[in-house]
Amino acid sequence: MTENIDYTLSPVDLDEIKHLVSERAIQGETVLLNMGPQHPSTHGVLRLLLELDGEQVINCIPDVGFLHTGIEKNMEAKTYIKAEVMTDRLDYLNTVGNNLAYCLALEKLCELDVPPRAQSIRVILTELQRIASHLIWLGTHALDVAAMSIFLYCFREREMIMDILELVSGQRMMTTYIRPGGLWRDVPVEFEEAVRKFIVYFPPRVDEYEDLLTKNPLFMDRTKRIGVLPAEVALQYGITGPMLRASGIAYDLRKTEPYSGYEQYDFQVPTFMEGDTYARYLVRIQEMREALKIVEQALNRMPLGPVRSNNRKYVPPPRSELGTSMEALIHHFKLWTEGFNPPSGSVYTAVESPRGELGVYLESDGGPKPYRVHWRTPSFTNLQVLPYISKGHLVADLVMLIGTVDIVLGDVDR
Amino acid sequence: MNDLIQTILTEFQKRFGADVYEFRDESSAIISFENILPAARALRDEFAFNLLTEETAVDYWPKQEPRFHVVYRFRSLDHNLIFGVRVPLNGNAPSMPSLVDVYANANWFERELWDMFGIRFEGHPDLRRLIMPYDWEGHPQRKDYPLGYEEVQFTFNFDEIDLRKPYAQE
Repeated sequence: MTENIDYTLSPVDLDEIKHLVSERAIQGETVLLNMGPQHPSTHGVLRLLLELDGEQVINCIPDVGFLHTGIEKNMEAKTYIKAEVMTDRLDYLNTVGNNLAYCLALEKLCELDVPPRAQSIRVILTELQRIASHLIWLGTHALDVAAMSIFLYCFREREMIMDILELVSGQRMMTTYIRPGGLWRDVPVEFEEAVRKFIVYFPPRVDEYEDLLTKNPLFMDRTKRIGVLPAEVALQYGITGPMLRASGIAYDLRKTEPYSGYEQYDFQVPTFMEGDTYARYLVRIQEMREALKIVEQALNRMPLGPVRSNNRKYVPPPRSELGTSMEALIHHFKLWTEGFNPPSGSVYTAVESPRGELGVYLESDGGPKPYRVHWRTPSFTNLQVLPYISKGHLVADLVMLIGTVDIVLGDVDR
Repeated sequence: MNDLIQTILTEFQKRFGADVYEFRDESSAIISFENILPAARALRDEFAFNLLTEETAVDYWPKQEPRFHVVYRFRSLDHNLIFGVRVPLNGNAPSMPSLVDVYANANWFERELWDMFGIRFEGHPDLRRLIMPYDWEGHPQRKDYPLGYEEVQFTFNFDEIDLRKPYAQE
């Protein structure tokens, strides 16, 4: 039977991609190889079409969309508060950050104010989430070069952060804890102790990761001078986040456009000049330490007070008022059936997610449902540079390069 | 309003006949699609807006007459500013110039807009569908594209519904 199988590409397939591969591929000198979408090292369902000369990557054509869930379209059919539940599902490693971006956009649109206590808690949780996200990145990135123990250590520490999120919201990942105008409810009394325990526990663990990787010759061989991204190319491709900072541009939205009171905290923006995989590794490791510094400061300064805005037109009243206040009952009923109607107009807000600038474009037509929501996700823009940085490297290094972009496919495909 | 933004807005009014508006401290200029390439070049080269932060579209069917608005947002790292540009597009199969030559990351943004809204970008090097399957019909983010409404199959009526279900044909 084997002689009947035709291994050449059909003319239609070739026409589709002819302009993307080199002339040598058309003549059959180079090999076209499909990688993914179900491949353990693509960190999700990412398909890459590789043009290979031996083991060298000539061209790399990413194909995304396997995790498309239609979140933007779905949000248009739900009220503002119900649509928030979908935001968790975008970048599933940065759920708190997605909630924050959406709530900031909505707060800007409705001109809601957020009490200082809620802002502190938001900062603590997003920074913890940043550490958790970087831990996943570090674990899988090290696993790509067969450093198995790092993976297990990272997931062990991440579990502590997941426990804190579960403590405040009842959910490990899809928290929906940050709500427009504040938080779902105040943190429980055990929260402070749990975070303090983590603040003491975590720095020695980062030292441990660095002992295992930073000066490890095997790791350095696989990462130094691999996937060099010069600063001007990074800007042209709209790269943000740790990838841009590893290319020598100290750009961080928490510093340049502070939100949720980031201007009060003292932290560094780690920046390296090399722009290679190793520099990106160092940036993210440093960021974990800086994030922990922010958590500690925010926890020390966490004021007492309400955690929700008092604007009853947008924010539901506390449960305790429902039994005694007729007005509260009416507001509660209106908000959970019809929802609220923000003024018509469009806003754009951006937060610094672990991967870069996470922006929300929110447009309202004055009705109870968002007219258009667009997520400007960092993974989407950062992934576009993969063909550039992988050119001329070996297939084995491509695996590292996918890891160093730190993509989350839920974030790319939305 | 920031001085530089003010300068850009007056310059855009003079050069491209732009309408300007401000909402929640965000300044935007509305320009026609013929002017988007020179406008983007001016923003990048003269005013140091070195990042194309986002490019998306909004469908106003059936309420408004220029059906689509393509929304750009440029960011300047040097001045720490953000500036929006909107381009109204008429008709059901609109097309406009591509920004790929000016900002490389417009590539996927524009592929997504073609995929989701059916807006063609002239001069785009690789205008294929990005997110939906390559043989998909229609443009899902348009407002006249329904959300869901697929019949739910249960054990007792599985075959009955399966017969009239539209499957992708070979």
